Amino acid sequence: MNKKFFIPIGPYHPLQEEPELFKLYCEGEIVKDIKWETGYNHRGIEKLAESKTYDQVFFLVERICGICSTSHPFAFANAVEEICRIEITDRTRYIRSIIGELERIHSHLLWLGLAGHFLGYNTVFMWAWKYREPILDLFEMITGNRNSYAMFKVGGVRRDIEESKIPVILKAMSDIKKKLTLLTGAVMDDPVIHARTKGVGVLTKQDVIDYGAVGPTARASGLAIDIRKDDPYAAYPLVNWKVITSNTGDVFAKTEVRLMEMFESVSIIEQCLEKIKKEKEGDISIKVKEMPEGMGTGRAEAPRGEVFHCVFSDGSNSPVRHKIRAPSYVNIATFKKSCIGQSISDATITLAAVDPCYCCTERLAAAYDAGTGLKIHNARELIEMSVSKTTLLRKQQG
Amino acid sequence: MDESYCNCCYCSCIFWLITVKTVGFKSFCFKKSLWVFHFGGASCNNCDIEILDCLTPRYDLERFGILLVGSVRHADVLLVNGSINRRDKERLLEIYNQAAKPVLVVAIGACGCTGGIFAEGNTFAGPVDKIIPVDAYIPGCPPKPEAIIAGIMALVKSK
Repeated sequence: MNKKFFIPIGPYHPLQEEPELFKLYCEGEIVKDIKWETGYNHRGIEKLAESKTYDQVFFLVERICGICSTSHPFAFANAVEEICRIEITDRTRYIRSIIGELERIHSHLLWLGLAGHFLGYNTVFMWAWKYREPILDLFEMITGNRNSYAMFKVGGVRRDIEESKIPVILKAMSDIKKKLTLLTGAVMDDPVIHARTKGVGVLTKQDVIDYGAVGPTARASGLAIDIRKDDPYAAYPLVNWKVITSNTGDVFAKTEVRLMEMFESVSIIEQCLEKIKKEKEGDISIKVKEMPEGMGTGRAEAPRGEVFHCVFSDGSNSPVRHKIRAPSYVNIATFKKSCIGQSISDATITLAAVDPCYCCTERLAAAYDAGTGLKIHNARELIEMSVSKTTLLRKQQG
Repeated sequence: MDESYCNCCYCSCIFWLITVKTVGFKSFCFKKSLWVFHFGGASCNNCDIEILDCLTPRYDLERFGILLVGSVRHADVLLVNGSINRRDKERLLEIYNQAAKPVLVVAIGACGCTGGIFAEGNTFAGPVDKIIPVDAYIPGCPPKPEAIIAGIMALVKSK
């Protein structure tokens, strides 16, 4: 007899790093419906950004998400530089791209480890995280911190990559390439990983277009969408690389895309380091004289997909409105398509396959009725509340 | 916690009384392998990742017998990181109340210690020590794995 029941995962579940709640509605072993609840991680970043100056906002946006702590400043820098209409120097472009690609390698290795952990392959978890450490050492050498690099500012970067550091980075890149080859071989040839991931959590190309998914989630379903190619920024148009895609759209394809992307990242870093030698050392920033009025949009390809920042300026030294859209915000919606019809044991790896990042996603506030503690206001009611408060304030001030 | 009764079975056996008299109650509780429960509040994930990093081959906290467990009921140490927002507050209290006492509470990272960059946020509900008693603070944004290990070992030695 198939009985209907529901399984909560979270909010503080040992499976997850971050607090979020998934409700799996099951019939027997098959997931029939899925709902998720967030809000445990909301920090009000967009509102906080309005109270800070442009230079301070960089420190705030890199703390949106610890794993994408380059992508958010990258997109914000692109947005502010669009308002200021400034062209950054070529050396800045290369340094920004190097940091961005190092971050992609460390994020994909982190995901690979966690995916192995979810499958019950703790060996993959340990090896992938061990290979991640040299990348973090590079970050510590270049920027001074293992995470949250504080590298970006309007019109440039804060620290240069000196001539003496280049051989060290190149050595680390050739080392990591060997390790990645080993890891790729181990993961791609394993019959158990094939059995657990092939045909699991399939998203067709049409699903991906319908849900507006981005990043490796979309690329694994055959949709070649990559901001680095579609809307080139930094040094990406200046080096040779290709967008990795796969056609099957299952968890295995997502693993494959991420593994191959790491090799592309290594190649981009090596090319950037070759070209950076020709640029003048220390030419890493442009002085911004004034902040004009206007709106700027910036996009960057985070390890998980497209990060979008929109900044409104009124000519003062802090933004009037700062809108952020992170990749997981759209990718999480694909769970409705990929999870339903799977067995419960496959649900975890399907949930993990889009590399969801909930601290990026927490961009909405939900309001509860203080009296009953039940009702969640929708957008219309929130606007009504806001309008009535304005009316009240107007009356008070006469 | 009544120290005249055994922590496990609430008997008043002679072994329990002698142990507590000779080494002290708290140091008896934290003498052997510490089991750790990790509570991630409204954080940016960096501290969470550095805590996991402590368990991976380069740092390998398990050589000290420290293990990450799935339920706070099994844990000796409660690691709290991230700023606590209004939604997390009651859940953190609930988790603290579920923990078997005595439990050591460690606030990790700038957000856990003070609220950090998010302290001015509209959803902020106070740093960890305003909600539950905290035994140790490990500052840093994020603290390096070495700092986390040093902090926990110093805390254990002080008990």
